[in-house]
Amino acid sequence: MDLHVIGLLVENKPGVLNRVANLFSRRGYNIETISVGVTENPEISRMTITLKGDEDVLEQVIKQLNKQMDIIKVTELKENYVERGLALIKVNADDPNSRSEIIQIADIFRANVVDVGKKALTIEVTGDRTKIEAITDMLKEHGIKEIAQTGTVAMSRGRKSIGG
Amino acid sequence: MKGCEAIIESLKKEGVDKVFGYPGGAVIDLYDTIHQEDEIQHILTRHEQAAAHAADGYARVTGEPGVCIATSGPGATNLVTGIATAHMDSAPLIALTGQVPTHMIGNDAFQEADITGITIPITKYNSLVKDPKELPKVMKKAFYIASTGRNGPVLLDLPKDVQQGETDFHYPENIDLRGYKPTYKGHPLQIKKASKAIMEAERPVLYVGGGVIASDATKQLTKLAEKCMIPVVTTLTGKGAFNENHPLSLGMVGMHGTKPANYAVTESDLIIAVGARFDDRVTGKLEGFAPNATVIHIDIDAAEISKNIKTHIPIVGDAKNILKDLNKKIDKIKQRKQQTEWHKKTKRWKKEHPLEYDETTDTIKPQYIVKEIDRQTPDNTIIATEVGQCQMWAAQYYQYKQPRTFITSGGLGTMGYGLPAAIGAQVAYPKRKVWNIAGDGSIQMNIQELATAVKYQLPVNIAILNNKYLGMVRQWQELFYDERYSETDLGDNPDFQRIAEGFGALGITVTKKTEVPDAIERANNTDRPVLIDFHVDREENVYPMVPAGATLSEIIDRKDVEKTQKKTKPTPMGD
Repeated sequence: MDLHVIGLLVENKPGVLNRVANLFSRRGYNIETISVGVTENPEISRMTITLKGDEDVLEQVIKQLNKQMDIIKVTELKENYVERGLALIKVNADDPNSRSEIIQIADIFRANVVDVGKKALTIEVTGDRTKIEAITDMLKEHGIKEIAQTGTVAMSRGRKSIGG
Repeated sequence: MKGCEAIIESLKKEGVDKVFGYPGGAVIDLYDTIHQEDEIQHILTRHEQAAAHAADGYARVTGEPGVCIATSGPGATNLVTGIATAHMDSAPLIALTGQVPTHMIGNDAFQEADITGITIPITKYNSLVKDPKELPKVMKKAFYIASTGRNGPVLLDLPKDVQQGETDFHYPENIDLRGYKPTYKGHPLQIKKASKAIMEAERPVLYVGGGVIASDATKQLTKLAEKCMIPVVTTLTGKGAFNENHPLSLGMVGMHGTKPANYAVTESDLIIAVGARFDDRVTGKLEGFAPNATVIHIDIDAAEISKNIKTHIPIVGDAKNILKDLNKKIDKIKQRKQQTEWHKKTKRWKKEHPLEYDETTDTIKPQYIVKEIDRQTPDNTIIATEVGQCQMWAAQYYQYKQPRTFITSGGLGTMGYGLPAAIGAQVAYPKRKVWNIAGDGSIQMNIQELATAVKYQLPVNIAILNNKYLGMVRQWQELFYDERYSETDLGDNPDFQRIAEGFGALGITVTKKTEVPDAIERANNTDRPVLIDFHVDREENVYPMVPAGATLSEIIDRKDVEKTQKKTKPTPMGD
């Protein structure tokens, strides 16, 4: 099953996120990630949803989202788009050797060490899903204590915008 | 003016003169305004669920939004079944609920329920109004959303202090919602494609749903069918969209449809679906549904396209507009051949497989009652139904000739719908005949509404096809569960005649076949609510039937079952 990225413009009103999430659960679709924030227009929020499913599921999701009154625009982002997520990863670092290794890994991924303790380092990394997966994988060897991740945010490249 | 006055003024602006509801603490202010209002008649039901069904029935027979009112908490939650019913069948409904004052929301206050949260999946739109100044706009929005595009229920939750607060009343003329732009015109290119497919098809079938009734497209549909000599099958909620006496009508399609309708769909090379959503009760097993057909799907809701069945030629828009355009386009091409092999075949099916039941017995057959009601009532009679066997017999054995004459809970299958819906229909058309065809199980789900019918002198007639069973479940238990009648025997039913009399209605009990016509005649000639308790054959089944999980072509009728009695019983493949 493919992972799809959907961009939405919605009314910035209470309950809209609930409606969107409800639609997914009611129709039996699974949200991988969802992120929301206000846009340059304070009346409008933008959501990015990633979901797994075949083309038919994607088509239904987009149509059902389009039916919602508070949803202004729905687009699937494919090929030419940028996506970013942010992860905070707390890694074991009791041993001085591993500590320098962890810092090296962070450097290679252009991640930042944002907190240093005696027993742990916290790394901040931004990037697309594959990058975050890759660094997580590398850091696993040292023992990950905790991960906090945002959902994906995405937009198409170039002049094209979701609002048309 | 006060918020509650603004609500009532808005209703008047929308041309509403009848509302259905039940008062309570959180809507006292609204009711106080209604009390002082002459232009709007309030119909007091005995249960909020009935208020929702009555408003829904009103909406289905008139085409105008029906309005129901309930208080906060339990009042509002009692509307839920009615709202879900309207939602599944796309009936325009406005539900106004009271809510605890805004400063108490979220505190688990007395009679507080998050009704907007609860009804998100079963409303087209809902909103908690937090400021009285929003009221005129939000009321306009509610009516606009409920009655445009694909119709549906809209709920407005109205806190007590919002009803009491002050607002200026400027009712907007128009409303523009950036997130909601229904499509009404069909795409010309798609229409062209469709007309070409229709002209080229050898075995076309029109598959007609409730959307044709909702868009008042009966005339355009009949024109298309006649012009191209296309046989017509309808869904349950599509009944009345096409005159069932018409030679091109093959009747209802689906689980309890006719053999000709189901055979025609299976063998067709072109399905023209209009305002229908390929419900599982229609399609049977999807793989066997019209396996060789190109599918044209006309629907106002884009999300219905390819939801269940792959569509080859989708046309999104209003059925009436699209059928009009299709007719025009086809006129320009050429006249279809009048009598084809396909016709002869469908005609032959009709002759070979009529709907039939055993007319020779002395017991009262439920089908006979429905036929007799049909014989004795004019074409514009409104038939409401409960749900189950009674519903299917009402669908099969009454011939619907006009749109908006058959109202039933199709999608949700709500027992208890019929009586309140009949009340709503009778409120809309006091002079027309309204019958509720009920089962003994269903009628007991909202039987208290007899009081409403009596109070407002609504001459609703109720025919209980009383087999002392939850008949449809019993039928399934007989066929698929080795006759283990788990909890479906209602042998201890009350005396319905005395119940009717207790409510002040006329109650009649009919135990002999010979008494059936007279009882119906008496009900038709009585100017107050009448309940007839027909004691029917206990174990009569609904046939034809497509067993669950089977394809439409595997439809069996009474004769098939008798021939192979018990040897090749249909196997259930999941419901």
